[in-house]
Amino acid sequence: MRYLAIFILSLIFWLLVTFKFTLPNIAAGAVASAITAAIFGRYYFHGVGKFLQPRRWLWFIVYLVSFIWACIKANFDVAYRVLHPAMPIRPGIVKVKTTLKSDFARTLLANSITMTPGTITVDIIGDMIYIHWIYIRSEDPALYTRMVTGRFEEYIKKFAE
Amino acid sequence: MNDMAAIILISVGVLFNIFGCIGLIRLPDVYNRLQAATKCVTLGCCSILLGVMVHFGISGAGFRALVAIPILFFTATVAAHALVRGAYHFGAKLDKRSVKDDYREEVK
Repeated sequence: MRYLAIFILSLIFWLLVTFKFTLPNIAAGAVASAITAAIFGRYYFHGVGKFLQPRRWLWFIVYLVSFIWACIKANFDVAYRVLHPAMPIRPGIVKVKTTLKSDFARTLLANSITMTPGTITVDIIGDMIYIHWIYIRSEDPALYTRMVTGRFEEYIKKFAE
Repeated sequence: MNDMAAIILISVGVLFNIFGCIGLIRLPDVYNRLQAATKCVTLGCCSILLGVMVHFGISGAGFRALVAIPILFFTATVAAHALVRGAYHFGAKLDKRSVKDDYREEVK
């Protein structure tokens, strides 16, 4: 089941990249996807049934929209700091606790944090995510945890856990 | 109309890439520089790719540009994380304006 999921995803990816719907091309894609599934199938997608729940896809779309919005904000934020003559930065590394359990969800959260305004993930040790922040707004751990992980943690928990 | 949108998207992308490059020169240490490099350059490239997609419309090249966007996102973020972590373990110092370093006790 797990192998089948990764096979289908690879095949869709192949068809999008090549964009040629002839039989030889699809056959070549099927062979390549089968090899990919055979090698990487055991690492990914614990619980394939999650793909079939529409509620998760809905949350995924909500997450995607808020992620893109955060991304655009991040760019203007960095552009402002870079172009400002006095360079208003107050950098440092903070640690933030996460409640997510699965590896996939944690990776997604770390990537989201990297793309949001002023933060970049350094490492994950245990339940702690270490984050380099370009402008530390607060010294209170509860407050900055809220600022950094934002709504992403809730959304990711809803669709990936 | 389509060409206009494509030109605007590509111009915005190039502009953000320039901001990223300015940040790479102006900001003080490795960590801050990577912030500018990842964020501005990733969204700049995404904007350029979207412009390419608008220009070519629904065709092979357009879809390839669209597929390149998520790949760019994943690789850029993972590469940035690897570079930051590698720099810290190598011993690159944080800038003297830094106010906090929680990671130090974890590494030592």
